[in-house]
Amino acid sequence: MTLFDFIQLFAKIAVVLGFALTSVPFLVWFERRGSAWMQGRVGPNRVGPFGLLQSVADVLKLFTKESFIPGHVNKFFYVLAPVIALAAPVGALMVIPFGSHVIVFGQKIVLQIAEIDSGLIFLLAFAGLEVYPVILGGWASHNKYTVLGSLRGSSQMVSYEISMGMSILSMLIIYGTFNLQEMVFWQSEKIFGFIPYWGVVVNPIGALIFFIAIFAETNRLPFDLPEGDSEIVGGYHIEYGAMKFGMFFLAEYVAMVMASALISTMFFGGFGLLPGFASLVEFVGTFTSGSPETVQNIQAVFEFVSLLLKVGFFLFVFVWVRWTLPRFRFDQLMDLGWKILFPLSFVNLIVIILVSHFFVK
Amino acid sequence: MATKTVNVSKPYTWSEKIYLLAIVQGLLITLKHFINGFFLRKHNTIMYPEVRREYSDRFRGAHFISIDRNKTENCTACYLCQTVCPAECITIVAGERESAHNPDGVKKEKQPVKFDIDALRCCFCGFCEEACPKDAIKLSGKYEMAITSREEAKYDLVYLKREVKGRG
Ligand code: SF4
Ligand code: SF4
Repeated sequence: MTLFDFIQLFAKIAVVLGFALTSVPFLVWFERRGSAWMQGRVGPNRVGPFGLLQSVADVLKLFTKESFIPGHVNKFFYVLAPVIALAAPVGALMVIPFGSHVIVFGQKIVLQIAEIDSGLIFLLAFAGLEVYPVILGGWASHNKYTVLGSLRGSSQMVSYEISMGMSILSMLIIYGTFNLQEMVFWQSEKIFGFIPYWGVVVNPIGALIFFIAIFAETNRLPFDLPEGDSEIVGGYHIEYGAMKFGMFFLAEYVAMVMASALISTMFFGGFGLLPGFASLVEFVGTFTSGSPETVQNIQAVFEFVSLLLKVGFFLFVFVWVRWTLPRFRFDQLMDLGWKILFPLSFVNLIVIILVSHFFVK
Repeated sequence: MATKTVNVSKPYTWSEKIYLLAIVQGLLITLKHFINGFFLRKHNTIMYPEVRREYSDRFRGAHFISIDRNKTENCTACYLCQTVCPAECITIVAGERESAHNPDGVKKEKQPVKFDIDALRCCFCGFCEEACPKDAIKLSGKYEMAITSREEAKYDLVYLKREVKGRG
């Protein structure tokens, strides 16, 4: 590994982690103010301009609290759980491509931290880890409410992971690759020249199932059963305090960012330019020397912006749905998971297999 | 007359069962509210310390004892309010008023030497105000009654005789 490789890798990690982690305080702020706007309230607006520093104040408060470990917990797993909670979505972000490539000093830099062919498998492995903090944290806390919460969380994730896997399988059959970069290039064409050839257009039912499952996967409302203030006090993280609770809190939002990035990459064209951005690239290109390298770099910037816009939109949808829908009862959740989504995704998968076998190529 | 049973429950229609339509409707409603809040800045919140809610004149807040033009309290220590108070939170010690302090003659021969109201026990029912024959004790419109110690919850004569404009 040359020095150049090292530096470019470091820069890419800095960009991705920087965007993912700095978006969290903003997201927390938006969650609170967005919910307020939807409910005709104002929300936090005193700390800093528009209340933007509210989440900073919250984190400062969590930091200065006593980091207390109750005497009756299994210390190793108790401490491990929030670490996994944060590490899993961050690890999954490593394979999300955030641009095609830029050319610096004549060298091509692919805008993806880990350029591995089995990118999707890697991503799913890490996303699947997200159930561990719920189980570990709940079990290690030695508290009946946390155990109830983690049991709910694990059964919910197991039932939704299957339909999610089915819809991903159907997409894999369509794309014919595990490589997320190639998936995005596959989606870059247009139908009739204006409808983008995104995964959601090709396989809308798969996209819908995936979208529902990702809500269960990230434990967001309407599927936030592991937490339940009314019936199981707080859920799997009752026994956590100070920054260890803060890490769970942070992890929820990083997981949201990861889930939004995954949805946009798999079903909404990933870093592919949004409609209309192509002419924007040309327009900006006229102000420069117009060499292919500069044009490519400009395009990469706009691709990154496109991905950010898509991710931002899905983050908005996460918040939007949370403050619209009431939560499901546990049996309704299981009904939906096993009796509706599972058969639907299965039938969808078989239809996709048959269609792609007999009609395509 | 025979009872007529009306069964209003009906099976879900196909579109209701799918549930997604209802979700979209709900999302549109919250989006409307979001736009109202975000772009049009419409909200029902009263920005409290800067803006205060207007309560009606009948609001029953912190007590006060009305005073006449000589700054003498109107109370004659008749104990009616202490007797009627359901929470038993008024404690009066009566005494004789020196005639020098009573330029109006025999009108106010008695005076309260001590007049304590324990605001922590008070239920702000307003019975004391109704019972008072001299219109002395009254409930003002003051609703900010937060305190930092129990002692401050005891309204003594000095506090009760504070100047209150209108209903305060
Ligand atoms: S308002 Fe009611 S409870 Fe309070 S002092 Fe008067 S009579 Fe007693
Ligand atoms: S406040 Fe009124 S009711 Fe109470 S003792 Fe004085 S005069 Fe009597």
